[in-house]
Amino acid sequence: MSAAVVCESVDEAVAGIEDGSTVLVGGFGLAGMPFDLIDGLIRQGAKDLTVVSNNAGNGEVGLAALLKAGRVRKVVCSFPRQVDSYVFDELYRTGDVELEVVPQGNLAERMRAAGAGIGPFYCPTAVGTPLAEGKETRTFDGREYLLEHPISADYAFISAYRSDTVGNLVYRKTARNFGPVMATAATTTIVQVQEIAPVGSLDPESVVTPSIYVDRIVPVEARHYTVQGAQ
Amino acid sequence: MTTETIPTVEHLDRGPLDQDELAAVVAADIPAGAFVNLGIGQPTKVADHLRPEQGVTLHTENGMLGMGPKAVGDEVDPDLTNAGKVPVTELPGAAYFHHADSFAMMRGGHLDVCVLGAYQVSDHGDLANWHTGAPGAIPAVGGAMDLAIGARQVFVMMSLFTKTGEPKLVRECTYPLTGRGCVCRIYSNEAVIDVGPDGAHMRQTWGTSAADLAERLGL
Repeated sequence: MSAAVVCESVDEAVAGIEDGSTVLVGGFGLAGMPFDLIDGLIRQGAKDLTVVSNNAGNGEVGLAALLKAGRVRKVVCSFPRQVDSYVFDELYRTGDVELEVVPQGNLAERMRAAGAGIGPFYCPTAVGTPLAEGKETRTFDGREYLLEHPISADYAFISAYRSDTVGNLVYRKTARNFGPVMATAATTTIVQVQEIAPVGSLDPESVVTPSIYVDRIVPVEARHYTVQGAQ
Repeated sequence: MTTETIPTVEHLDRGPLDQDELAAVVAADIPAGAFVNLGIGQPTKVADHLRPEQGVTLHTENGMLGMGPKAVGDEVDPDLTNAGKVPVTELPGAAYFHHADSFAMMRGGHLDVCVLGAYQVSDHGDLANWHTGAPGAIPAVGGAMDLAIGARQVFVMMSLFTKTGEPKLVRECTYPLTGRGCVCRIYSNEAVIDVGPDGAHMRQTWGTSAADLAERLGL
């Protein structure tokens, strides 16, 4: 993969996304949610998308806005149901969006595996539960495990705090969440950042996502939403 | 009910614990120096009763160790929340990490205790806390299944009966399971009850005798 491109606009950053793509969307609730890239994707018009994200949108911003625009065919997530997830709830109840519920640790680890070139792996999460249905089970040293498959994607949308011009990323507090893992698991990783610093100005010891994983960067203004959260 | 050599302590000179007293009982049982994850809802209250000298470090699965109290006023930062998406603060010695690391430390057995809420727990430690199984209910598991099998000790905080009086400590869970044989202890307003391969054993009761409670629970 060639070096990251610094885009002049969000529209340039999300150009070329095809209908039917799988998109990893960073964020945990609204912390780390790439709002600007999602708004750009709504303008860009790609539809029939599979979205992989921890939640299924809050209020009517970010992922909820994409769902409301009718662009999403399937959501793969750990926790869709929240007090302010009414956009998803309605689409789910009317059968207009498909849902695959994945335990949060498996969601992260399946993407990590995809990004690290690891194939299917055995994990003890969900043994004996309805989410084990249809999964291969094996016992090692007296403990049961389920076979889990990697999750890779066409695109990853990530919100980071700072980057340099070659695409090294630094995150801020718990907005880091899925970003570093998703960056590794997509063919094309697109990152919105609050600040782009000159190359050489980030401390190499504190870079969290190295530039090799990053394809497009676009600077955006910070947005501060509050979230009603889970109940 | 199995017969245990450890006698049950019955506090019959008072009523059941209130929510703060219950949280204090849980907090007092957390070992000094432990790394602990508190689930969304009632378990969050345990944090208010941990004593500084216990040296407990709180983990939140969205990528932080050393989580501090809920943020108020100017402390609110949209980039710093707990697993319930509530703005929180960081304590000296805090660390941030990504989601795969956060769940690796959980599933790798590095977390000493997690405290979760529940719909039902079986007397042998099965946990049901993610889905009522009701038609039309939207399933949402979050990190519950990973916590259930990952933490070394899983405590459950719950009421022992539903609003309609049905026991929530049962022989077999009828709600969809979160994990099998993972819960070691239930903390409720009426009693602290160990569960596991040997069945249920009441450690303490408040405002009721162990025998009366066992009868009401049908155990």
